Amino acid sequence: MSIKIENVTYIYNPKSPFETKALDGINIEIADGEFIGLIGHTGSGKSTLIQHLNGLIKPTSGKITVGDLVITGEKVKLADLRKKVGLVFQYPEHQLFEETVYKDIAFGPKNLNLSESEIDERVRESMELVKLDFESLKERSPFELSGGQRRRVAIAGVLAMKPDILILDEPTAGLDPRGRDEILEQIKYLHDKYQNTVILVSHSMEDIAKLVDRIIVMHGGKIELQGFPREVFKQSKRLESIGLGIPQITHLMEKLKKVDGSIQEEVLTVEEAKVEILRWIRSNKDA
Amino acid sequence: MEKMIKVQGVTFLYESNDQGDVVEALKDININVEKGEFVTIIGHNGSGKSTLAKHINALLKPSEGDVWVKGMNTKEDEETWNIRQTAGMVFQNPDNQIVATIVEEDVAFGPENLGIPSAEIRVRVEESLKTVGMLGYRDKGPHLLSGGQKQRIAIAGVIAMKPDCIVLDEPTAMLDPSGRKDVIDTIKKLNREENITVVNITHFMEEAVTADRVIVMEDGDIVLEGTPREVFSQVAKLKSLGLDVPQVTDLAFELRKEGIELPEDILTVDEMVMQLCQLK
Amino acid sequence: MLKDITIGQHYPTGSAIHKMDPRVKIIITFIYIVSLFVVNNFIGYIYVIAFLLSAILISKVPVTYILKGLKPLMILIGITFMINIFMTAGEVVFRIGPFTITEEGLYQAFFMALRLVFLVMGTSLLTLTTSPIALTDGIEHILNPFKRIGVPAHELAMMMTIALRFIPTLLEETDKIMKAQIARGADFESGNLISRAKGLVPLLVPLFISSFRRADELAMAMEARCYRGGENRTRMKELKTQGKDYFALSVGTLLIALLIVNRIWF
Repeated sequence: MSIKIENVTYIYNPKSPFETKALDGINIEIADGEFIGLIGHTGSGKSTLIQHLNGLIKPTSGKITVGDLVITGEKVKLADLRKKVGLVFQYPEHQLFEETVYKDIAFGPKNLNLSESEIDERVRESMELVKLDFESLKERSPFELSGGQRRRVAIAGVLAMKPDILILDEPTAGLDPRGRDEILEQIKYLHDKYQNTVILVSHSMEDIAKLVDRIIVMHGGKIELQGFPREVFKQSKRLESIGLGIPQITHLMEKLKKVDGSIQEEVLTVEEAKVEILRWIRSNKDA
Repeated sequence: MEKMIKVQGVTFLYESNDQGDVVEALKDININVEKGEFVTIIGHNGSGKSTLAKHINALLKPSEGDVWVKGMNTKEDEETWNIRQTAGMVFQNPDNQIVATIVEEDVAFGPENLGIPSAEIRVRVEESLKTVGMLGYRDKGPHLLSGGQKQRIAIAGVIAMKPDCIVLDEPTAMLDPSGRKDVIDTIKKLNREENITVVNITHFMEEAVTADRVIVMEDGDIVLEGTPREVFSQVAKLKSLGLDVPQVTDLAFELRKEGIELPEDILTVDEMVMQLCQLK
Repeated sequence: MLKDITIGQHYPTGSAIHKMDPRVKIIITFIYIVSLFVVNNFIGYIYVIAFLLSAILISKVPVTYILKGLKPLMILIGITFMINIFMTAGEVVFRIGPFTITEEGLYQAFFMALRLVFLVMGTSLLTLTTSPIALTDGIEHILNPFKRIGVPAHELAMMMTIALRFIPTLLEETDKIMKAQIARGADFESGNLISRAKGLVPLLVPLFISSFRRADELAMAMEARCYRGGENRTRMKELKTQGKDYFALSVGTLLIALLIVNRIWF
């Protein structure tokens, strides 16, 4: 499902001394099935932006279209929108409340008034997607599980709504490397399997570089940069000036390029760097 | 010379549930930390690193073995407050360790507990806030600060107690990259300029790279220990533990497998550039 | 509605009243409350109004701001008025159905409502001119002499401080959890009272759990910073009583003295 954001501005506490422009004339188009990385430091407006896509916040001005639904229009049924757009907040495990894992994941589908059998199927399916064993965990209390598992239960709770668009706000915050890799793998698996639209908010340039099709960089409520990771990470100076970085490996290649112009610096992962450096060394030896 | 922290044969057992199942969170751990050292402990959640940290502050006491802080045994109850003043502690969640509604009042909380006279507390609060670069926020409410700023307030609250050592239990886990950098820079400055011993617990390997010494924990045990170069040269072992290594270290490891002659202990971009250029 | 409540809010203007010793302010407020119940005639009320108005003027807090604070309490004041007007025995003025209204009732209802209005205005002025920290400090000091009879003065003050500290944090968290559940299709706004109350479970359970976790972590952090109760504790900001405090205290004492004299003689 596609998203079109046209000229969206959002002002917090309008007409008061605390008035702040959180979003300032935002224009974004996201195609169906795209995997988007949304980056920007705290306070850049990215959290405000993603809450707009789910109808939790209404823009002060501007238009947002999700699929063929103009969500900023009059008489929009927000319930319809929430079926389409799933939003995983930061530290989503803090929203768990039911006695069992099953019931918690079933909360969303229940609110959609689905039949018992449909709910059951969805709980099984979403638990499988986040690699939680249905039989052994369904009756467990979510509060007895480990931090990483709790987070996966919470994500399953959103997946069970079967959203066409999945938005995740820093899904790996606070997790250790193992937990982080598991979650990211599952998001990638999900995207590959269903070809749904995914928007991933993250601070980790390494993770973004590994996963996404396109990057949107926000700063001060505006879009600072957008484009393919290779293009965006070429602008390391500009990223640094707004408090962001580039993956260490991209930084390495940039420096090597300065030493020898024959090296191809558009590299995003260690694997790519390895191939390029081997090519470079071997070509030098041949010469 | 007397060790700042000496952990000797420490085992820690606790009951994990109502059925009385016993978990061994620490298994016969031995660690020495010298005065002025910067030690980073990395490991997964549940590896026992936080449990170890709480032992240094006498918040937990060993089931077996002993922990000495500047020669004081944490088992001696009468030393508890001296130990906590000597080895201050900063926790993970910035929101859950600030007590007062105004920044300077919070920094004063520790010294007030120690019974320091009012005039002296004022001096200490001002100095501590200056050290962490937060003096301009002294009369603000903590809820108006960012996560990184709150953590620096927490650090100021600890140094106002004039400790010899600070133990930080994943202080940056909930921060964004710029907050993380500010906190790490602050800790490094304390270590360098005030000669405060630092034990930093983290799962960000970036923070381990610049430490004097790195200790890797897994499942209640120490599995690797040494300088960052020694530890990160064990790429295969770290990866099997599911821990990160710097991307350039990883790249060097991969290139070595292809027969390229590179040293094992490359940690930074500049080192890698230099080594590769020599190969040419 | 929530933002209309001015009781408990702080309105800094830097006035002389703001700079007063919180202990003195609490004691004067106490005297003021007692005096409200001593007054029984018009002249008495004139003294009270004069006192309250001059205090408000010196404090530089806008009168409209204090009056706004009465809005959420209008119902309470209304109920007090009704109870007094219908429940007081005396000379009947007129009847409505089973209810009789007496002269004494009218008089009583009017003055009770007035008392309540003055009570709220006076106590709002205390909180508006005193930061929460100063207020808790003041309460702790005033309660200190009662420690011997088992009043946990320090603990009470500490509890208040922590509560004040966590109000913004918990409000933020409530907002976040609410949004997260709405995103999962929860409905907090429609339905009857029972279904609405039920609908709050997904909000309240996570909120409670996180509050307990916070309490646990905070307790540990406090212990790590050598907190061991109020014994031998010092304070960075010591309370100091100055000339203006003694002056204000004398004015307060004068007020109550005048009112007592007024009550006895007139």
